[in-house]
Amino acid sequence: MSKTPRPPDASAILRGDRRALGRGLTCVEAMDDEALALLDALWGSTGRARRIGITGPPGVGKSTLASGVIRAYRAGGRGVGVLAVDPSSPVTGGALLGDRHRLGAEAHDPKVFFRSFGSRGSTGGLSRAAPFALDILDAAGFDVVLVETAGVGQTEIEVAATADSVAVVLSPESGDAVQAMKAGLIEIADVLCVNKADREGAEAMVEALDAMLDRAPPAPWRPPVVRTRGLEDASPLFEALETHGKWLLEGGRLEERRRRGLRGRLRSLVHALLAERLLAGQDALLDARAGEAASKRRSLLDAARSTVEEILR
Amino acid sequence: MSAPSPRAPLPKGPRPIRVLVAKAGLDGHDRGAKVVAQALRDAGMEVVYTGLRQTPEMIVKAASEEDVDAIGISLLSGAHMTVFPRVLDLLRENGLSHVLLTGGGVIPEKDREALRAAGVGMLFGPGTRTSDLIQYIQREVALRRAHSA
Ligand code: B12
Ligand SMILES: Nc1nc2c(ncn2[C@@H]2O[C@H](COP(=O)(O)OP(=O)(O)OP(=O)(O)O)[C@@H](O)[C@H]2O)c(=O)[nH]1
Ligand SMILES: [Mg+2]
Repeated sequence: MSKTPRPPDASAILRGDRRALGRGLTCVEAMDDEALALLDALWGSTGRARRIGITGPPGVGKSTLASGVIRAYRAGGRGVGVLAVDPSSPVTGGALLGDRHRLGAEAHDPKVFFRSFGSRGSTGGLSRAAPFALDILDAAGFDVVLVETAGVGQTEIEVAATADSVAVVLSPESGDAVQAMKAGLIEIADVLCVNKADREGAEAMVEALDAMLDRAPPAPWRPPVVRTRGLEDASPLFEALETHGKWLLEGGRLEERRRRGLRGRLRSLVHALLAERLLAGQDALLDARAGEAASKRRSLLDAARSTVEEILR
Repeated sequence: MSAPSPRAPLPKGPRPIRVLVAKAGLDGHDRGAKVVAQALRDAGMEVVYTGLRQTPEMIVKAASEEDVDAIGISLLSGAHMTVFPRVLDLLRENGLSHVLLTGGGVIPEKDREALRAAGVGMLFGPGTRTSDLIQYIQREVALRRAHSA
């Protein structure tokens, strides 16, 4: 009765086939064997899209602003591919993927492609799959590729930080600026956006962020702090992102940033592949050394070192 | 030493069932859709919630981008006899006939039967226990996945 879904086909994705792209992203999300072939085939077509990351605490208005930013790019005739990551329940694995809900008229737009991922509770999984998903959206020919993640968890923050321009969104009720700093959000920001500027406390938050930036060591780019009323107008955010984008185009900054980003991704992939390869078939050795540590015949650190020596011997 | 695996270690285990939950047309009754979305999430599914005022075209576009296993439409406005057949046609046109189309709301028994005969899945009325619709979706998606594996 039901027709077999075709395996994802790189040439169909390059032609702009929505269904093939949807399927391809599913493979990449699961990092199955089909994903490898797809990523190899599409790699040569990546690197053309402008990549934007939007992160920040839950509920600050990231999706609402993202929809405004999408609209602004569409008004300029550019196609936009979006990846929105929401947390999965660590208990059931289920997730309520609600970011799409905030789309307005863009939801009908054939030049807007929107995909939701659950974080699937695995730090390893998402940090690899999500940047590859952005690569595929890039290869599919969207001029702009936008990723939204909740700025909780290190992985979610890192995923947003793989973009060319990263906006960190805060709101008066998202806690104070110090909390955002503790979460590691401020460091990755190219643009700081205080949303819900209609609410009390927005001005104080802008001032606190500016004061914090005044105290930070001088850097070639100082993130501007913009205010938005996301439900009405995302243009201050859009303009700040575009200003950063233009700055990146000078003096080879974009190439340098991307090279550094790829090196980071390469390093973590190599790390994972090495670990998988070296640990394959070593369960008995691990059991034995763990037993020795448990019975105090060796310290845990000594057990780890001797395990490495034995594996590499 | 074993041959190098070409892939990075990633969580194994079955892919979660992905379901799109949508409200179509001008129907503003979203309580049921939210109850269902939450119940499916608590049953371990990934639920893409689109919110209100979706057209059949938007629903099918979303299903294709999100690569879902099932679409669940909640309709309490009486528009079910136009919305469900239109979504079914668009699914077929877009190579998505493997996607389960189900839903619920205020839909008379005879309409449910007519829609089922046209190829729509089970439709659930007021008072349905969420465990019933969870079981139905799990069973139906497992069958369809086995079919297309
Ligand atoms: C609460 C309610 C409202 C609330 C809605 C609040 C909200 N945000 O949802 C308010 C007061 C706003 C409202 C307004 C109106 N309502 Co009203 N409302 C109801 C009422 C009493 C209960 C609906 C409800 O929330 N049930 C609780 C939820 C949990 O149940 P449920 O939605 O049925 O969902 C269950 C199943 O149907 C199924 N299901 C539902 N969706 C899905 C989706 C999937 C994927 C699956 C698998 C299963 C599934 O599973 C759920 C769990 O068991 C019904 C009467 C009734 N018995 O249904 C009338 C009713 C739906 N309303 C009706 C009407 C006419 C209206 C108004 C037009 C009234 C008016 N003249 O102003 C307006 C229209 C508003 C609009 N913009 O659409 C009529 C519809 C008649 C029809 N279809 O022919 C009903 C049937 C009342 C009646 N007997 O006349 N309403
Ligand atoms: N008052 C006010 N509310 C806003 C503003 N921007 C967004 N909201 C509301 O804030 C709520 C959350 O908005 P979202 O865009 O879903 O926020 P989010 O950061 O994407 O949320 P998560 O993805 O769940 O972390 C919604 O109810 C929006 O309508 C704003 O500028 N002012
Ligand atoms: Mg969001």
